[in-house]
Amino acid sequence: MKHLLWIYAAAVLWTQPVLAADDTLALVKARGYLQCGVSQGLPGFSNPDDKGGWQGIDIDLCKGVAAAIFGNADKVRFTPLSAKDRFTALQSGEIDVLARNTTWSLGRDTSLGVDFTAVNYYDGQGFMIRKDLSDGDGKAIKSVLQLNGATICTNQGTTTELNLADYFKSNNMTYEIVAYEKADEAIAAYNIERCDAYTTDQSALYAQRLKLTQPQAHIVLPEIISKEPLAPVVRQGDNQWSDVVRWTHFAMLNAEELGVSSDNVRAMRNSRNPSIRRLLGVDGRFGQALGLRKDWAYQIIQAVGNYGESFERNLGVNTPLKIKRGVNALWTNGGLQYAPPVR
Amino acid sequence: MDQWRSAICTPRSLSVFGEMVKRRALIQILLLASFLLAIGWLVSNVVANLQAQNISSGFGFLNERAGFGVAQSLIEYNEDSTYGRVLVVGLLNTLAVSIAGIILASLLGFVLGVARLSQNWIIAKLAAAYIEVFRNIPLLLQIFFLYFGVLRNLPSPRQSFALGEVVFLNNRGIVLPALVSGAGAVAYLIVALVAVAAAWILRKRALRIFRDTGQHVKFWTPLFGIITLSLLVAYSAVGLPFAWDIPVLKGFNYRGGVQMIPEFAALLLALSLYTAAFIAEIVRAGIASVSHGQSEAASALGLPAPISLRYVIIPQALRVIIPPLTSQYLNLTKNSSLAVAIAYPDIVSVFAGTSLSQVGQAVEIIFTTMMIYLALSLLTAYLMNRYNNHTALVGRNV
Repeated sequence: MKHLLWIYAAAVLWTQPVLAADDTLALVKARGYLQCGVSQGLPGFSNPDDKGGWQGIDIDLCKGVAAAIFGNADKVRFTPLSAKDRFTALQSGEIDVLARNTTWSLGRDTSLGVDFTAVNYYDGQGFMIRKDLSDGDGKAIKSVLQLNGATICTNQGTTTELNLADYFKSNNMTYEIVAYEKADEAIAAYNIERCDAYTTDQSALYAQRLKLTQPQAHIVLPEIISKEPLAPVVRQGDNQWSDVVRWTHFAMLNAEELGVSSDNVRAMRNSRNPSIRRLLGVDGRFGQALGLRKDWAYQIIQAVGNYGESFERNLGVNTPLKIKRGVNALWTNGGLQYAPPVR
Repeated sequence: MDQWRSAICTPRSLSVFGEMVKRRALIQILLLASFLLAIGWLVSNVVANLQAQNISSGFGFLNERAGFGVAQSLIEYNEDSTYGRVLVVGLLNTLAVSIAGIILASLLGFVLGVARLSQNWIIAKLAAAYIEVFRNIPLLLQIFFLYFGVLRNLPSPRQSFALGEVVFLNNRGIVLPALVSGAGAVAYLIVALVAVAAAWILRKRALRIFRDTGQHVKFWTPLFGIITLSLLVAYSAVGLPFAWDIPVLKGFNYRGGVQMIPEFAALLLALSLYTAAFIAEIVRAGIASVSHGQSEAASALGLPAPISLRYVIIPQALRVIIPPLTSQYLNLTKNSSLAVAIAYPDIVSVFAGTSLSQVGQAVEIIFTTMMIYLALSLLTAYLMNRYNNHTALVGRNV
């Protein structure tokens, strides 16, 4: 991925002053497939499976976008990106959408030339330690506040490094950071006890814990030290394209709210509920207005299911990650996931 | 040249020659102008593209607060420092590992190169085996192996290997006692200055006597006396000048002393071991390039092998060794950017990595990093060329 920076530098140097990024949708349609930037392997979000395919909620979002455009969820190619290369890949046009568990922050939104679409996972930064870790007095560690002076492993080039610094500073604690380029090396170093603690988004902690020699010998501390709204990212200035990505997520949310799932979506086209009829493209011309096919949402739900299905399949309590819906439940169930209506 | 020119050029052809000079100058000017134009076009393109994409540009970010921690810093650094300071911290870390690596690799490479030519079969074959193994395995793999392989077998801080309760080895690195200057440091500084001044005066005197009378005057004995005497005076006045800062286990790790992080150790070792294999081959080639007659002549004169190596073979071999050696030094410095794989905070890791990701200004940051590596390489090459000129055969200047 290092080559990416060079390619980007070359692209910026040589291209005509206006980069052809204004109409991503037309570009994707002409190309015949969607180019989606994902992680280098984070279970639950974007992770290669044993058959060489990709699995995760970020993957489902990309497949959903492909289904909405082409009516075929397989017309998508994935580019694994490290944390520090991801924005460059998007800026340079290497990828059309970045669905890589990326935190939405003001700084990134304003200075990187990118737009965040919709939060597809509300996360927060947490810490993982060995169960038997004790502080200087031999007391077992139960809280991040006991980690004064600890060595902490993390991934380089993320908001994690900044949150860590802020949290320890505001609590008058010191720490030593060891920041690795790839999550795999960070977790490997934590595994051989290079660090006392490993910190990243809490969902990723559960995911990375599976890679340890003895996952059950480690616990995730209760504190969440930051807000990490993870959202798919597109290039700034292409509003139609950001609408397509944003409404792909919203369609999955609305489907869950309306009880439409991959199992019943075919039958639901005959539903009398006007909201469902509008969502599935039976009534109205919302698909065309987005620049997509009429049955865009139908295609999405048929391919990857509604948000709840995607969550349970990739992250939920029946997966090795065992993450509860929590704040990612629908607003009707007391969560934060809320989609504007299709009308 | 001038004589030759006037000899063959008639006045007529001279004017043609003048035309030619003008034409050449014109071509040069046009070439330069088009080159500058191309550069200007590229720069304006970059600026326009970045603006069109709403990406911030310029170097203003260097004065902004970085807000993240760095594992190893040779200068004062904390989360409130600026990106500019991150750049310096990263650069110093790169320099630290490169310079230490160059020294280690040169020493090891030299020994191996000589060993490979040894008459002793075992030594020669061992050196050959080392060289073939290390230069044929990708450096990144060696770094990973040294880092994860060694780290895995080290104990946690609370079970550290201790050497006399002052030096500790654990999976957080090596902790050594540090020297901190005490109250009487100034007195000792004066002693040191006096000793240097005395040494200089005594040496001048010895040289003068040698020039005037041809007699060797030993100036070490009085100098030694002066230093001992002034040290005694200083000690009786203020006591010891330095205190030892002994590391103590506190909380999760040792506090105090100086710490060498495992990332530095692994990277340094991997770079040195890898580059030493190449240097060994260069040294071998250099020695082999010295005609066999030279060592035969040396042994005919009765010089023992070590002396003949030191004063006859190596000075001649150096002429062949230095230029390719420079390339190896440049390679080592550039290879140090592999640090990013094992979290050693070199310039690529903290500046072209973390800072780039936070600021998002790829063009400025990558350009700066490239220029720094270019400057480092040119500086190394310049110093080595100076040394090369020094060792090269002094021919008659024509």
